[in-house]
This record gives sequence, C-alpha cells and structure tokens, in this order.
Amino acid sequence: LLQPAVSVGNVGQLATDLVISTLNMTKVGYFYTDCLVPMVGNNPYATAEENSMELSINAEVYSSPSKKLVVLQIRSPFIKNKYRPFCQTLFSWVKSSKCARVVLLSSSHAYQRDDEQLLGTPLRYLLTPDLEKAVGGLMQELNWKEMEKVAAYPGINDTEKVLHIPGGGITKLLFTESCSKGIQMAVLLKFCSEGDNIPDAFALVNYLNEWLQLIKSKVNTSSQWKIPSSWRLLFGNGLPPALF
Amino acid sequence: REIDVLWTLKSGASTESSAAEPFVCSKFIVAIGHNAAAFLSSFILDSVCWEVVGVVKLWNEWCRTSNTTKVLPTDSFCLFYRLISDPTVLLCQCSCYVAEDQQFQWLEKVFGCMQKEGLQVTILSTCPVADYKTQESTLTLPSPFLKALKTKEFKEQVCCPLLEQPNIVRDLPAAVLSYCQVWQIPAVLYQCYTDVIKLDTVTIEAFKPLLSSKILKSLVKDVSESTKILKKLLTTNETHNNIYI
Repeated sequence: LLQPAVSVGNVGQLATDLVISTLNMTKVGYFYTDCLVPMVGNNPYATAEENSMELSINAEVYSSPSKKLVVLQIRSPFIKNKYRPFCQTLFSWVKSSKCARVVLLSSSHAYQRDDEQLLGTPLRYLLTPDLEKAVGGLMQELNWKEMEKVAAYPGINDTEKVLHIPGGGITKLLFTESCSKGIQMAVLLKFCSEGDNIPDAFALVNYLNEWLQLIKSKVNTSSQWKIPSSWRLLFGNGLPPALF
Repeated sequence: REIDVLWTLKSGASTESSAAEPFVCSKFIVAIGHNAAAFLSSFILDSVCWEVVGVVKLWNEWCRTSNTTKVLPTDSFCLFYRLISDPTVLLCQCSCYVAEDQQFQWLEKVFGCMQKEGLQVTILSTCPVADYKTQESTLTLPSPFLKALKTKEFKEQVCCPLLEQPNIVRDLPAAVLSYCQVWQIPAVLYQCYTDVIKLDTVTIEAFKPLLSSKILKSLVKDVSESTKILKKLLTTNETHNNIYI
C-alpha cells in the first residue's frame, strides 16, 4: 500500500499523483471518512473528454494488479482532533485487507535541518523493525540515509534521542504506531519548503522508484513520469490583459 | 460541536431524528447559501404547497441558526420543507455556514432519516468567481455562470457545462456530493460562480436554467409571484445598505 502523508508542500500527495497518473491506475474504491475535509472535483487524471467526467472525492483508492500495488490518495487536510481516529481506521483497513507492506510518502520542513543535514541528499527513509529485517540490506546497497533522531532536550541533555518530523503531519504518528503494531512500514521523506513543490515531488518519486522499480528509469530523468492534467494552473489564472 | 436536526413529520409533534423511521424520499433538493436559498424561495417555495418539516440547530464561529421558522432571506437558518401533494419531495434551505467538523454530522443526521432507494439529490450553491481557475483571467469571464458536477449514477441531462479540472468544490456541497457518490445515489450539484457576496438578484437569476430541468420543472410556481418576491428581496437588502445615509 502506497500512500502520502499530508505534509509540508504536499510533496507526498504530489508524488502519489505522479504514480497514479504514470501507471494509469484504476480507481477501485473510496476511503469514506469523517476525518478529512470534504471536497469533490472531476477526474484529476483525465486524459480525454470521455474520462474527464468521473467524480473524485477527498480520499480514493487506486490499484495496479500487475504491480501488486494499491495506492490511497488523500486530497484534503485533516479535521481538527481527527488524526488518531484516521490512523486507527487506516490500520484496521491495512490489517483486514492483509496488506503486506505500507509505504508512506512524506516531507519535513527544510528549515529544521541541522548543519549536517544541510549537506548531501535531502531524502531520508525510515523502516519499522519488521521491515528492517526484510529490506534493511537493500537500503544499505542503495546508499540511502536513515532519518536522524534528534535530542529530546536539546542543549540540556543530548543523550536521549527521539524521532522528530516537523511538518510531517501524521507521519510520526503512523510510524510509531506501526512499530508497536508490528506492521511493515517504510517512510520515504524529503526535506523541503512550501512553494513550487513539483521538483520535490519528482525527487521523491524517483527515490521511491530506486527501491520499488515501478517504472524503468534511466538515471534521474524526470520526464518518465506523467503529469496529471489537474496540475495545470497551480499558481493561479491567466492575467487580465488590462494589467498591461 | 453538536448539531441537532429536529423533524416535525407527524402532525406537529417534534421527534428527534434518531427516533423517526426512515421516510421515503424521491427528490431531495438542497440549497446552500443565501442566494441559492433565495432562488428556491422565489421560484419554488410557497406557504400553500409546502410545509416545514424540519429544522437544524447549530452554531459555530461564523453563525448561529435562528430559532424561528419565519426567516428573512438574510438570516442564517437551515429548514426542511416537504411538498404537501407529494410527501416524498423534500427541500432544504441551508443559509448558515456548516463548519468542517459539523459537515459529517449534518450528512449523517439528515440522510440517516431517509430511505436511499429511488432517491435523487440536487444541490444548489454559490461560490466566488475569484476561486474559479481558468486559462484566462477571471475579470473577463461573464459572471455569474453555472457549472455542474454529477455523481456516477446521475444519468439525466445537466443544464450547464461540467466543472473542469483543476477546479474543486468544498464545504457542505462537497460533503453532500461525496456522500452521494460513495453511496451511489444519483446527484447533481449546480455551482454558481458569482462576484457578489451578498444576496443579489442577478446571482439568483443565474440559477434559472434549472427551472427547465426534469427535477424542478414540476415544482415551479407562478412566474408573477417570483418577480414579486425577487423585488421584495431587493428592498430588504437596500434598507440594510442605507445605514450610512
């Protein structure tokens, strides 16, 4: 199961859009919940007049049987106080659908990085103990960097370290719950800031591809991914001619 | 924050929504926002053919619903009406803002009382034209204009063009349409993009194409009545606007 966390720059969601759009995944269901702000719109992955009229809601499930991949796309923010109920609903679904692994795409505030994190790759991963056993070695081979822990009480006591994902939304909650529930979960995240997050989305989805090999890629070519039609006009309408 | 839906379905006796048996509903027309509600008041509702059968009580940072059923078009209220000649036709005017944490409750409490087989839902709502995303600038668009969104099960003709990507709809209209899409109820949402925030006759008249639709055709009242009511709306508005004279 691949899903985004609603986080800084919406990078996880944008990356998920790229996966759904490129692999031409079919919508198989809705994740109907009272935890997300409602929204509707017409098919965001429309490629032609015929398929543009299907209604989409705030949380939908897509699948690609050939790749044994199920994707949950989340399109709106959480309603206050609904983080935990959402996580619980999600986990009970993961359990009942006998999902083998969960991959969470997320992001974290770039300005919270320490000196060391400012250098090198802005991409990080996290694995729950159960998944570590299975793919930990692969991560080493890919030369991936694990998300560093930070001091619980910086300046006062540097020995106690905790996981801190500022701007990650429910990422930390989902990860810690997965660890304790024995769910195999991987978190892939990128440090970024709000703004034009399309390049961040490409970076994250290419990172994901290094592991899952969803599409055949030459080294770092972002043109392999298909941009959904709904990404038009992300930064507003055309300008009024009278302005000039 | 709780919202209460009080139904008065049987001869004046008020019942809590949970106690009532699900009633049969064939058409449910919901108008969200002042202008949409005023459209229904002017062209469909009257005190002879329709009776009040329910009211929603809620409050949030934006509004508190009024306690009476005799409401002004500029008030915040949420009332349910039923057609006396055909009790399966239900109409709702919701001109109060339903906050995001209340929207799900509204859905459950309202739809929870209805039998969903054979139900068809029509939603009317308005939204600022500045929210409309398009290649050209919104200044050159002839507003107000209508756009529609429909669920998979809705097979009838739509009275205006469909809302193109990347536009989306939010709040209660989105919540109702999402509910209908998930539970496979045929439903259509007519969103009027307008540049006037307050009650405005031009915006109200923008909904007129809907009067020829299959759902509303049989419910339209006398045209002369409508013009009278629209005029009255204009004057109620003006008294508020003359406050500085």
